[in-house]
Amino acid sequence: MAKTPAKKSAPKKASVSGDVARANRERPAEPVPYKASKEELLEFYRQMLLIRRFEEKAGQLYGLGLIGGFCHLYIGQEAVAIGLQSALTPGKDSVITGYRDHGHMLAYGIDPNVIMAELTGRAAGISKGKGGSMHMFSTEHKFYGGHGIVGAQVSLGAGLAFGHKYSNDGGVCLAYFGDGAANQGQVYESFNMAELWKLPIIFVIENNQYAMGTSVNRASSEDQLYRRGESFRIPGIQVDGMDVLAVRGAAEVALEWVRGGKGPVLLEMKTYRYRGHSMSDPAKYRSRDEVQSVRDNSDPIEGCKAYLAEMGVGEDELKAIEKEIRTIVNESADFAETSPEPELGELYTDVLVEQY
Amino acid sequence: MAIELKMPALSPTMEEGTLAKWLVKEGDAVKSGDILAEIETDKATMEFEAVDEGVISSITVAEGTDNVKVGTVIALIAGEGEDAASAEQVTADKPEAEAASVAQEKTVDAPAPALKDETPKPVKTDPAIPAGTAMTSLTLREALRDAMAEEMRRDDRVFVMGEEVAEYQGAYKVTQGLLDEFGAHRVIDTPITEYGFAGIGTGAAMGGLRPVIEFMTFNFAMQAIDHIINSAAKTNYMSGGQMRCPIVFRGPNGAAARVGAQHSQNYAPWYASVPGLIVISPYDAADAKGLLKAAIRCEDPVVFLENELLYGRTFEVPDLDDHVLPIGKARIMRQGSDVTIVSYSIGVGMALEAAEKLAGEGIDAEVIDLRTIRPLDKATVLASLAKTNRLLIAEEGWPVCSVGSEIIAICMEEGFDDLDAPVIRVTNEDVPMPYAANLERATLVNADKIVAGVRKVLG
Repeated sequence: MAKTPAKKSAPKKASVSGDVARANRERPAEPVPYKASKEELLEFYRQMLLIRRFEEKAGQLYGLGLIGGFCHLYIGQEAVAIGLQSALTPGKDSVITGYRDHGHMLAYGIDPNVIMAELTGRAAGISKGKGGSMHMFSTEHKFYGGHGIVGAQVSLGAGLAFGHKYSNDGGVCLAYFGDGAANQGQVYESFNMAELWKLPIIFVIENNQYAMGTSVNRASSEDQLYRRGESFRIPGIQVDGMDVLAVRGAAEVALEWVRGGKGPVLLEMKTYRYRGHSMSDPAKYRSRDEVQSVRDNSDPIEGCKAYLAEMGVGEDELKAIEKEIRTIVNESADFAETSPEPELGELYTDVLVEQY
Repeated sequence: MAIELKMPALSPTMEEGTLAKWLVKEGDAVKSGDILAEIETDKATMEFEAVDEGVISSITVAEGTDNVKVGTVIALIAGEGEDAASAEQVTADKPEAEAASVAQEKTVDAPAPALKDETPKPVKTDPAIPAGTAMTSLTLREALRDAMAEEMRRDDRVFVMGEEVAEYQGAYKVTQGLLDEFGAHRVIDTPITEYGFAGIGTGAAMGGLRPVIEFMTFNFAMQAIDHIINSAAKTNYMSGGQMRCPIVFRGPNGAAARVGAQHSQNYAPWYASVPGLIVISPYDAADAKGLLKAAIRCEDPVVFLENELLYGRTFEVPDLDDHVLPIGKARIMRQGSDVTIVSYSIGVGMALEAAEKLAGEGIDAEVIDLRTIRPLDKATVLASLAKTNRLLIAEEGWPVCSVGSEIIAICMEEGFDDLDAPVIRVTNEDVPMPYAANLERATLVNADKIVAGVRKVLG
C-alpha cells in the first residue's frame, strides 16, 4: 500500500556530520509498526471514521450557517490522533493541542454531542458555548485544549509536563503542533527547558504540509522537521502519519523513552489535510490533483481498511460500523442544532473564579 | 430516497453566490470528498465537496447561475439503496435549514439587552490586627520573600520560577534564602526566555500547581504578555469555568533610576484593562505581604506589580502568623476632608508627602491607596469623593489611557453630582523615559507636582 513519502527516521549509517554527532548519543529505538489485534484495529477504524464523518458534518453545518467564525477540520489527519492517543494512559497522561482540536477530543472518547454543540455555540457545549471550535477542554480527560495562538500550546504543554514531573505522578504530556507552529520562537524556548529539565513530554509536529497556504518548503529552512529538536539534544523521529499502525508504533517507542526519564522526544508526523486551512480557504496554493492523489494513495482510513481485510474482516462488518457512526454523527448534529443558546446571564460568569 | 445538496455558505456572511461550474453530471457516482462543483462569491472561489455516497440523480441548478441563495437545493443524490442512514440524512437536513433561518431572525430581532455584571460583590475589609500585636520593621523585599516562604511552607504546590531566582538569590534579592529552604525542586532558575517560562508556568497552573513566576522586571514580560493575557486570563472563560489558572506573575514595575526608556514603564493600565486578570500593585511592606499571600492562594491569575525603588524601603509589618489581606479593597492611608488624592504603588508615598506639605498650608488631604487595580474598589473612591468633592489621581506612569483615566471615568459616570471641580491626573510626562538625570527628574511625578495639582483642583 502506497503511503505519503516519509523519510526514513534516524539513518542507520552516519552520512552527514549532524548524524555523526548524534551517533554518540543514546537514541530511542527505531519504531516498528504496531501489531494490533483485530479488535484494536477495528476500534482504530471506528474512531478514525468517527472523526472523518464528524468533521464532514461540521463542514456541512458550517455551510448552513450553524457554525460560525473559524472552523478547522481534521480530515486526512485522523491516524495521528488515534495512533498516538490510543497509546496513552487515561487519567494519567495529558494532551494539549492548537485550534484544530475536534479530532483529538473525539480520539479521547469525549461525547460528540457536546463537541458539536460547542461548534454551534450552544449552552450544552463542552465550554458552555463560550469557547467555540478552537477552545474546547476536558480536564476530566486531562485534555487541556484547544489554543488559538499558534505555538502557545507547546510552552503550555511543557508546563503540563513540568507538573507531571513536579508531582511525580508518572504522567506524560503529549503536545501537538503544526508545521506552521514549528517556526515560532517559543517552541524552541520550550524545547530548551524541556530537555534541560528532562520533562516528560512528547512533542508532536503534525506536518500536514501547509501552514494555512504556505507550504513547508516555503516557510522552513530545515524542512525535515524531525531534526528541529536536535540542537537541543531532543531526538526526533519521522513517522508516516497516514498509517495508524506506524503512528502507534512510534508512540510506543516515544513513551518508553519519556517514561524512562530520558526527557522529551520529538515526533514528526507526515500527514495531509484534505480540506482548506479553515472553512473559508479557497485552497489556491495547491492543485486538486495533489489532494486527490493523497486521497487515492495514502488515505488513513482506506489504509486501515486494507489491514482489516488482510485480517479477514468483511465488508459487512465495516458497513455496520459506518452505519453506527453515521447515526452517532447525525444525532450529534441534531443535538447541536436543537440545544438552546446560552442564557444571556452566562455573559458575566466564569470571568473570574472567585468574588472580590 | 434522495439526498438534497444545498447551496453552501462559504463564510458566515455569505447569502448568495454563483454556481460557477459543475464537475459532475447526472448519473455520476460520487463518494465522500469528491469535488462536485465550484462556487464563487465576490471574495473567493471554493470547491464544494460531497459528504455522502451515491449517484447524482438530478442537477437542479445549472452551472453559470448567479445569485443562488444559500440553502437552495442544487442537486439530488440517490442514496445507495434505501438504507436508513441516508434516510436519516434527509430528515436531519430539514431542521438544519429551519434552525439556520431561525438563528438569523433572532440576531436581527433581539433587542439589545441592558447587561451588567450581576455577581454579588462581597464587602471585604482588612482583618483587624489584634491589640498588642508586635510590629516588625521589614524592607519591602523581605516582606515579599516572607510571603512566598510562608505560602510555600503551607502548600506543596507553590513553587517559584524565573531568571536568577535560585542560586543568584534573586536579581533584586527578593527570593533570598528560598533555594536553601525549599531546594532546587521548588525554586527554579530559568534561561532568559520569558515567553517560554511564562507559558510553562501557565501550563503548570492549568495542570494544578500554584506557580509564582518572577519577571526580572515587567519590561521583559512584554515578551510573555501573550501567555499572561491569551493563555492565563482567558482560559477559565473560554472553557466555561472548567479550566483554572491559579498563577502569580510578579516582579518590579515602573521607573527605576536612570535605566532609560526600555527599562522604565508602568504596565498597570495594560493589565488592568484585561477581564480575567487580577492586578495588584501595593505600596508598603505590610500590604505587599498580605496581598502576595492572598494572590498565591487565589484561584485566578494575578499580575503582582512591585516597585524596585521601594524594595529597600522599611515599613512596619504586623507580626502575625498569617497576615492575609483582601484582594479588591483600597486602603485609606490618611483621612482628610478637603481633597482626595488617589494613588497606588510608589505614588502613594509621594501623595502622603504631598499631604504633609498641604497640611502645613491648612489643606486637609485624604490619601487612598488603591492596592488592587483590577477589580478596582470604586466604592472607596466614590465615598471619599462624596466627602471631599474634589479628587485627583497621582500616578507614576504615562497619562494617556492610564489608571487615572479610568478613575476619571468612574467619577464622571457614578460620582458626577459630588464633583465640585474636574478630576485631574498628575502623572509622568508623556514621553519615553530619558536617561539624563535632569530630564528624568523632569519626567517623573513627585510630591511637589501633586501639591501643585491639588492647588489646581481646589481652584
